[in-house]
Amino acid sequence: MADGVWGRMRAGLARARQGLLGRIAAAVSGHRTVSAGLLEELEGALLAADVGMPETMRLVGRLRELAAAGELFAEGVAATLRAEVARSLEGSSRPMRRAETPPSVVLLVGVNGSGKTTTAAKLAHALRGEGQRVLLGAADTFRAAAAEQLGIWAERAGVDMVRHAAGSDPSAVIYDAVAAARARGVDTVVCDTAGRLHNKANLMAELRKMVRVAGNACPGAPHEVLLVLDGSTGQNALVQAKVFTEAVGVTGLVLTKLDTSARGGIVLAVWRELGLPILWAGVGEGLEDLRPFDPEAFASALLGADGAGEPGYAEG
Amino acid sequence: MGVLFESLSSRLESVWRRLRGRGRLTPQDVDEVLREVRLALLEADVHFKVAKDFIARVREKAVGDEVLASLSPAQQVVKIVHAELCALMGSTSARLASASQPPTIIMLCGLQGAGKTTFAAKLAGWLGRQGRHPLLVAADLQRPAAVEQLAINARQVNVPVVTPEPGDGPADVAARGVARAAALPADVVIVDTAGRSQADADLMAELRAIRDRIRPHEVLLVLDAMAGQDAVNVARGFAEGVGVDGVALTRLDSDARGGAALSVREVIDRPIKFAGTGERLDAIEPFHPERMASRILGMGDVLSLIERAEQAWDHSQAEKLQERVQKDGLTLEDFLEQMQALRRMGPLEQVLGMIPGLGQAMRSSKAQVDERELGHIEAMIRSMTGEERRRPEIIDASRRRRIAAGSGTQVADVNRLLRQFGEIRKLMRDVTQGRLPRGMPGLPGMPGMTGPPVGGRPPTHRRGKHRGR
Ligand SMILES: Nc1nc2c(ncn2[C@@H]2O[C@H](COP(=O)(O)OP(=O)(O)O)[C@@H](O)[C@H]2O)c(=O)[nH]1
Ligand SMILES: [Mg+2]
Repeated sequence: MADGVWGRMRAGLARARQGLLGRIAAAVSGHRTVSAGLLEELEGALLAADVGMPETMRLVGRLRELAAAGELFAEGVAATLRAEVARSLEGSSRPMRRAETPPSVVLLVGVNGSGKTTTAAKLAHALRGEGQRVLLGAADTFRAAAAEQLGIWAERAGVDMVRHAAGSDPSAVIYDAVAAARARGVDTVVCDTAGRLHNKANLMAELRKMVRVAGNACPGAPHEVLLVLDGSTGQNALVQAKVFTEAVGVTGLVLTKLDTSARGGIVLAVWRELGLPILWAGVGEGLEDLRPFDPEAFASALLGADGAGEPGYAEG
Repeated sequence: MGVLFESLSSRLESVWRRLRGRGRLTPQDVDEVLREVRLALLEADVHFKVAKDFIARVREKAVGDEVLASLSPAQQVVKIVHAELCALMGSTSARLASASQPPTIIMLCGLQGAGKTTFAAKLAGWLGRQGRHPLLVAADLQRPAAVEQLAINARQVNVPVVTPEPGDGPADVAARGVARAAALPADVVIVDTAGRSQADADLMAELRAIRDRIRPHEVLLVLDAMAGQDAVNVARGFAEGVGVDGVALTRLDSDARGGAALSVREVIDRPIKFAGTGERLDAIEPFHPERMASRILGMGDVLSLIERAEQAWDHSQAEKLQERVQKDGLTLEDFLEQMQALRRMGPLEQVLGMIPGLGQAMRSSKAQVDERELGHIEAMIRSMTGEERRRPEIIDASRRRRIAAGSGTQVADVNRLLRQFGEIRKLMRDVTQGRLPRGMPGLPGMPGMTGPPVGGRPPTHRRGKHRGR
């Protein structure tokens, strides 16, 4: 398994590595001081990773300060930038919350295609691996064959699933899944939901109802409302995170598709602006391809930096 | 929510104010405007290098004499920006390839989760409505239940579908689909494929194998409008890996600016041919490049709106309304009428989102209108006397209670309606005075806020009634 992840991760990084490290190396060679050209390269690399202008200016500004104070020289730039990125994300990761009395209820929300269903399966698999009893709730009753998709995953992961007919009220699925979890002594119930764009008021209202119903079915639920964010999303991710949080009280993020060439840099802004922790990283399409989010690994992958042998997420 | 991303117009407002009085722009002034333009492009997810080259080209044009001598130089710079963006995006909607010998074979490709399967069904339905005879082929054998999803969607759009036989690889089922087209007969074959990263060498080889088996006339890259900077790598990777003839941009009904469209255009020089604009299977439109330029700059999709408005709006009525509103101000009766007209144009949120400034103003002022609420609003206005509708300021607490009781709503609802109405009336006042809400000057081909939904003059742009909806 590690091999596959490694390979895919490496392929994904290859481009970024040639890009940034190559450029930094070129900009550094023959210079000792941090030149304006070098800073511009760094700015470009951060922007290209979807870090966004405000965070980019902040990070580059910090390096400029260090250089001006004589504390940073050209050869230390890559490592320092990586450290600064990791530092910006300090405290941004935490384990999932558990209910005092089971079941814990986890709701996965997000825009279409971000990886909710796959993440539900991966999560179920990971929790089962910890020895938990897990139940899946197929509350995407809208998209064609969504429950079938989750059903196949449930089978592969060896967990039960609660589903209703296509087109039925998704809140009813949530209620039944949570009620079933209580009746069966399940530790965690993971509910998939239909993808929705945050600018559709009626769909956001539907989601609010699902959250409310989870609470009715089990006091204190949902214990986590995780926004599943596609790592290739641009600046709109910040709007997504903000609107979903206002609507349904998102408690944390899952950042997916980090095995591709997408860098997911927008989470820096999401963390700074909204304080939403990043709980998990998705690194592939298999059940095993979920990692607890690690700011250090993320920072390395963001900049495609492997000079010191950091393996990014491949290490797991 | 607060407005996270400023539109270019609001960004430029302060620069504007300072430069307005001046007859001439120095190169430094031009740079100041262009700095804001660059930020707007980056916020819209235009790739940073594409943005840089773009700005350099604009600067070259803008520093010419013509601009410096013009009456409103700052606006002139934005005109150049807009024109340059339009030139980049292309001016006409591109057409699909057509085989000299049917069937025409279309292969879809793209990242995981880009929206290929949904788009495949939408395209099939669209072609069906054009009188073609499409066939769908489910060659995504990777994602669980992708085949079932396409089969269900195919039924919904009334198009036959070929699904894999046991033992089929993706290239096998694709070839089977093409063979089936002759028997049906179908004149267009649309092949859905599994999502993949362009950086995955094995999966790209698989895609080439499919391509080589079926020799598609058109390879469409399906791209999410919310995509970030990596879109350039994705586009380049697919273009180099399998060859791309055109792009389909999905989720344009989101509030993303969609700058990736510009990057992709610049990097692989292939036209964007279709836009996905909603979850429904009929939410597909030929892509209009010139509108995208306004959207990327944060100026709203004014032209689309105007086209829709033309279908839903009675011009003579609009003109009468315009006159009256200018004379007497907006009344609740007009308000109701306008909301109903808006509703005829399509889903409200979508329509509001296309109006620059208004969409934003309504969102930020929490004056969001949702479809269901419209029924309540109608009931409340119907429970008012004529005098109350014309002069809402006379509606005191006891009248509010009466209106709530009469319409089966709460006093809080009446309060909210009156507050929203007040905000809109204020906005309308600006608008009917011919000003864009955020100080945006009129641009070429952009009639600004004078379009019908807010009671303006008939649109200056009359586009063909070709959109059969
Ligand atoms: N490469 C990669 N693909 C992923 C990841 N997570 C999900 N996907 C793929 O993204 C596509 C959409 O995922 P899905 O779970 O159906 O998204 P949903 O619409 O949010 O439920 C599928 O093809 C998944 O296999 C990930 O971490 N890496
Ligand atoms: Mg799903």
